[in-house]
Amino acid sequence: MYRKDGESYFIVDAHIALWDARPENQLNIHGKQFIDCFYDYHRNLGPESEHWPYEEFLYQGGERLMKDLFTDGHVDHAVFQPARLGAFYRNGFGQTEEAFALAQKHPDKLTYNHCWDPRFEQSGLDRLRRDAERFRLKGVKLYTAEWKGDSRGYKLDDPWSRRYLETAIELGIKNIHIHKGPTIRPLDRDAFDVADVDSVASDYTELNFVVEHCGLPRLEDFCWIATQEPNVHAGLAVAIPFMHTRPRYFAQIIGELLYWLDEDRIQFSSDYALWTPRWLVERFVDFRIPEDMDEYPPLTVAQKKKILGLNAAAMYDIPVPAECALTEPAAV
Amino acid sequence: MTVTTSEPLRQRALRALDTVVDPELDEPITDLGFVRSLDLTGDGRVTVHLRLPTSFCSPNFAYLMASDAKDALTALDGVASVEVLLDDHHDSDLINRGLAADAGYRGTFGHEAEQDLEELRLTFRRKAHIAATDRALGRLLRAAPNTPGQELYGLVLGDLPDGPATRALLRRRAALGLGTDPADFVLVDEDGARVPPDGIPARLRFAHSVRVSIEGNVHFCRGLLRTRYPDEADAASGRTLLPLLTADASAPSSPAPKENAS
Repeated sequence: MYRKDGESYFIVDAHIALWDARPENQLNIHGKQFIDCFYDYHRNLGPESEHWPYEEFLYQGGERLMKDLFTDGHVDHAVFQPARLGAFYRNGFGQTEEAFALAQKHPDKLTYNHCWDPRFEQSGLDRLRRDAERFRLKGVKLYTAEWKGDSRGYKLDDPWSRRYLETAIELGIKNIHIHKGPTIRPLDRDAFDVADVDSVASDYTELNFVVEHCGLPRLEDFCWIATQEPNVHAGLAVAIPFMHTRPRYFAQIIGELLYWLDEDRIQFSSDYALWTPRWLVERFVDFRIPEDMDEYPPLTVAQKKKILGLNAAAMYDIPVPAECALTEPAAV
Repeated sequence: MTVTTSEPLRQRALRALDTVVDPELDEPITDLGFVRSLDLTGDGRVTVHLRLPTSFCSPNFAYLMASDAKDALTALDGVASVEVLLDDHHDSDLINRGLAADAGYRGTFGHEAEQDLEELRLTFRRKAHIAATDRALGRLLRAAPNTPGQELYGLVLGDLPDGPATRALLRRRAALGLGTDPADFVLVDEDGARVPPDGIPARLRFAHSVRVSIEGNVHFCRGLLRTRYPDEADAASGRTLLPLLTADASAPSSPAPKENAS
């Protein structure tokens, strides 16, 4: 919980990871390239005071995670959104067993979402049934640019992908977090295109589709589909640290999201361990749209409360203390 | 044997590289700092190294820029051979082999390629056009924010003030095969059809989002490139990369639309 100026904010960090990118877990050069790319994001977008040495960035472990999020970071509840990246890391990038054990130890603080890959076809579908039971899944994280054999990506509206989504509905998994990446087959088209999200969101209205980093680098395409599909949500991973390096650009992002979507469909996330939540939460509460950018209305305290936690809490049925709830219900 | 002195060829080679645009960012690769080095020999052999903000930049765009660079340099008089090498990318080996063999997009990417990258180019030319419309009309609309759609419907290119934003719009229109005559209507869709008056406000609002998106990506990519290659001056052109803006960028200086020579 974070308190400022007499207001109490319930904080849900909707996208975190417990990863292992140490050299002994790297399967090939791409494992190093991937974490180096993350490390450049970390250094480029975060304030210098929050930069970690490279060694610390490779792996954090559960104890460090608990401290960064809950002791220092103002976070009340966080959701694991693992990427497997089995083509880059021996034991995967997201550490399933370690993260799940931590979530079992702290069920009031952590929710474990798992991932699937529709290219495993029937065997993956059987696996999903077992995983749903074991992890009591409410959500999954899908990285569509994951490499597998000679395939370097899939679309959400591929036939097998649809079968997985239909099975998710059957198993009560409601929240589908989507992370678009640069590769997909064929390479003829734009891999960041969100047309496949549009297609499945209109076909499976029982599901919530949370598009991570609000569709960046295709903010406009994301906004366009989200305005038409009420079950499409924006995750602020990667977007929110722009508050530091590019505050005017961040004002535009949040202004566009509030214009095209609404304040009930935007979720805070630090994308830990890319960044830590403390400075993000504090700066977001203080954030104001610059006065000269009068094409966007000012951000309200109620909007900030919803974005920082109430929206994701509603999606994941996380109880919110009365002092943090809005006096008026969320309906706009 | 005629020897072309390397100085003029160097200038011509740089100008040729100025014409190569990152389709996604709609800016020349030379301005973006993507040209790491340009080396020439007295007998006309040209070697260019390209670099990108991350190892995981989209391979299709990476290939497009590298192959466009090779084409632009090969077309120059006095050039005997061209080698373009993409550094530090997850597909460097694949793309560099394809470029060396002039294998084309399909030859380079094999089963991952179905047809060609023309639709990808077109998608981004359309985005560049709609963002340029926002820039060109921005000043006009800020001066008179309540201009009715009906009035904008009749707006022709000749009504726009002569300036970099208008010239940039004309270039984006030409790239799409749209008219650039002063009597041509400003508000047309990507196929040249006029946007009806009641569709104009939504069209302009979307144009603004496209512009925000593209300009944001440009700043992100510039910043990441500088983080990735902190010690390298922009060797090829002698121009330095734009400085990374820091927390104090709240001064209303930031995403000033950058006009370029594409």
